Amino acid sequence: MPEVKILDEVCKGCGLCCDDVCPVDILILAPDRINSSGYHPAMITDMEQCKACGFCYMVCPEPAIEVYK
Amino acid sequence: MKKLFSRPEGLTDTLMRYCPGCGHGIVHRIIGELLIELGIRERTVGIAPVGCSVFADEYFNCDMIQPPHGRGPAVSAGIKRARPECIVFSYQGDGDLGSIGTAAIIHAAARSENITVVFINNAIFGMTGGQMAPTTLPGMKSTTSPKGRDVRKHGYPMKVCEMLASLDGPYYLERCAVDTVKNVVKTKKALKIVFQNQIDDKGFCLIEILSMCPTGWGQTPVQAKKWTGEVMSAYYSLGVYRDRSKEAK
Repeated sequence: MPEVKILDEVCKGCGLCCDDVCPVDILILAPDRINSSGYHPAMITDMEQCKACGFCYMVCPEPAIEVYK
Repeated sequence: MKKLFSRPEGLTDTLMRYCPGCGHGIVHRIIGELLIELGIRERTVGIAPVGCSVFADEYFNCDMIQPPHGRGPAVSAGIKRARPECIVFSYQGDGDLGSIGTAAIIHAAARSENITVVFINNAIFGMTGGQMAPTTLPGMKSTTSPKGRDVRKHGYPMKVCEMLASLDGPYYLERCAVDTVKNVVKTKKALKIVFQNQIDDKGFCLIEILSMCPTGWGQTPVQAKKWTGEVMSAYYSLGVYRDRSKEAK
């Protein structure tokens, strides 16, 4: 099963991965959590739907996303 | 479990100090991947510009030099002539390449120096606080053109790819963007072509990349991404402006 790891301390919460990028739309900015820089990091809502396409990684400027399969 | 995508070895572990949603990080990541894919990391010398990416020497895991403002192409040409076995890329923004370094880039292109230039066009001077750049679009607001760029007063933006395509020297010129997944993939393909051209000793190659500057534009990262695709790409048409490999056939 694919797995996406989001490095919370690296993510700057820009939201580029959450906007029309994920084909199954499972990325959001964590509404109730901030990292030590004060940003809301991205998070996965439903890991089971992930296809490991890597689109989120490709648009991530940091890159704070790691994709495993 | 197999790792499919993660931070490439061509980048160091240093966290990038760019604003959230900045396009620089995406281009850094692509170059970092190509350094490993093409197996050229050990013999690559990168040129960091003056601008937001002035600290690029901390981010790329290869040798880096930070020359005076705008002189990236001149310094790259010097390194390439002295050490032809090195792969030299000059990473420049629109303030560095489009304004103070215009003479350096034009003459490096005219001499067809065997270097690779990565030109980040975000239509604004990002580091100094969002002032009007030579690439600012007509009507676009910046801190020094609060009513929008008036072409009668401030002149017209400079289209670097079109300008360099009028010269005989360049081997490969292309304009890409990093706003969508499709364009990011295209940008990587273009950068791979130009690094390969340098390995094959073909001559001067430049890739212009339309990039987001949410802070300078006063937009959110998602708005900036859409603006790049809708407004900026309409003025600066994406595409290949020169490809000598096809002309030869």
